Amino acid sequence: MNTVVKMILTLSSIGVISGGLLSRVNNWASPLIAANLKAQTEEAIFNVQPAAKTYELVKASGVEVYKVFGDDKIPLGYSLVYSGNGFQGKIRLMVGLSPDLEKITALEILEQIETPGLGTKVTEDHFRNQFKKLETSPMIILVKGVEPSKPNEIQAITGATISSKSVVAIVDDGISIMRELKKEGKI
Amino acid sequence: MAKHTPLSKEFLKGLWEQNPIFKQVLGMCPTLAVTVSAINGIAMALATTFVLVMASMLISIIRKLIPNQVRIAAYIVIIATFVTIVDLVMKARFPVLSKALGPFIPLIVVNCIILGRQEAFASKNTVFRSILDALGMGSGFFIALITLGGIREIIGSRTFLSYQVLPNAFEPWLIMILPAGAFLTLGLMLGFINMYTDRKKNLEKESLIDQYRNKTKSESAGTVAAQEGI
Repeated sequence: MNTVVKMILTLSSIGVISGGLLSRVNNWASPLIAANLKAQTEEAIFNVQPAAKTYELVKASGVEVYKVFGDDKIPLGYSLVYSGNGFQGKIRLMVGLSPDLEKITALEILEQIETPGLGTKVTEDHFRNQFKKLETSPMIILVKGVEPSKPNEIQAITGATISSKSVVAIVDDGISIMRELKKEGKI
Repeated sequence: MAKHTPLSKEFLKGLWEQNPIFKQVLGMCPTLAVTVSAINGIAMALATTFVLVMASMLISIIRKLIPNQVRIAAYIVIIATFVTIVDLVMKARFPVLSKALGPFIPLIVVNCIILGRQEAFASKNTVFRSILDALGMGSGFFIALITLGGIREIIGSRTFLSYQVLPNAFEPWLIMILPAGAFLTLGLMLGFINMYTDRKKNLEKESLIDQYRNKTKSESAGTVAAQEGI
């Protein structure tokens, strides 16, 4: 009986002390972690909309869309966060769009777990810069092996066709949702 | 139960003689997974060492209070507390590193180096010795991870700690930053280390045998000479 009581007492006191300590550390860390996340999102928003000065979250749209403004509150377009399946897991990206959704300003990959050295090339400038000033209608097309000839074409990365295809598909999906939202007048 | 191991030995044994990676082959999961670059290895090793030292210290202090039946549970709770602290601090202060190391920081909880040291050392030794032991093991882990991460980073992406060390003419070996590269590198390193220790052991054995032979020869020669002389 004595050992049982001792066991329960020791474990509970260790648990209580650990819990107390962790709650203190968490109180200190959680605002910092939230600030880091916000800073990351903010950086991405301005990266995909280089001319932007301020932004606001579009509420009641169901997706994460930020409306960005230049000087004097002139609307410059949108920064859309969208995700979908890549080669090995989810790819989460942010795409900057013009106000009429016809042109992409820039693309930023936020999260991905593609194959190192192959699929991860989608995060590199060489691939991402193709999206700058890209036309979105009727949709973005992926071409393999040849230079893009039309203003809505993207060249796939050699050895990472699936990752390239996924990025284009995610952007296309995101834009089609944006178009619907626009039709409904929600953004 | 007084111990007569010198204090320096408690620290140094972790570096080579009982190196957690090369000799004890413990904690393989984080070792193989995070060592795509040297900096990841360093961060992982520092985080693990911190948890190891803190847990060893605390467990060594309260080792007489913990009933034997619940000792593992108690160790795990204490280790998990420190790991969570490290995880939160990293997320708050070093978000980039924390993203790179991903789920492997929380997984330090089940790193067998830490639990192994608590069970094998901290629960039986004084606080000071436990801290030394933890520091030694942590440093051994650090050496192993930075070597492994360094080799993989240099061959896999031409850089070391993000500074380019190999010329552009060198085509990086993609396999080195894939999981297969981790197995290959670690396997070769373990192989070479075993070869080295085996050779050293054989040399020692041979020199001992030689010594013994020479001794017996000279002794018998001496006795013969002495007999003839008389």
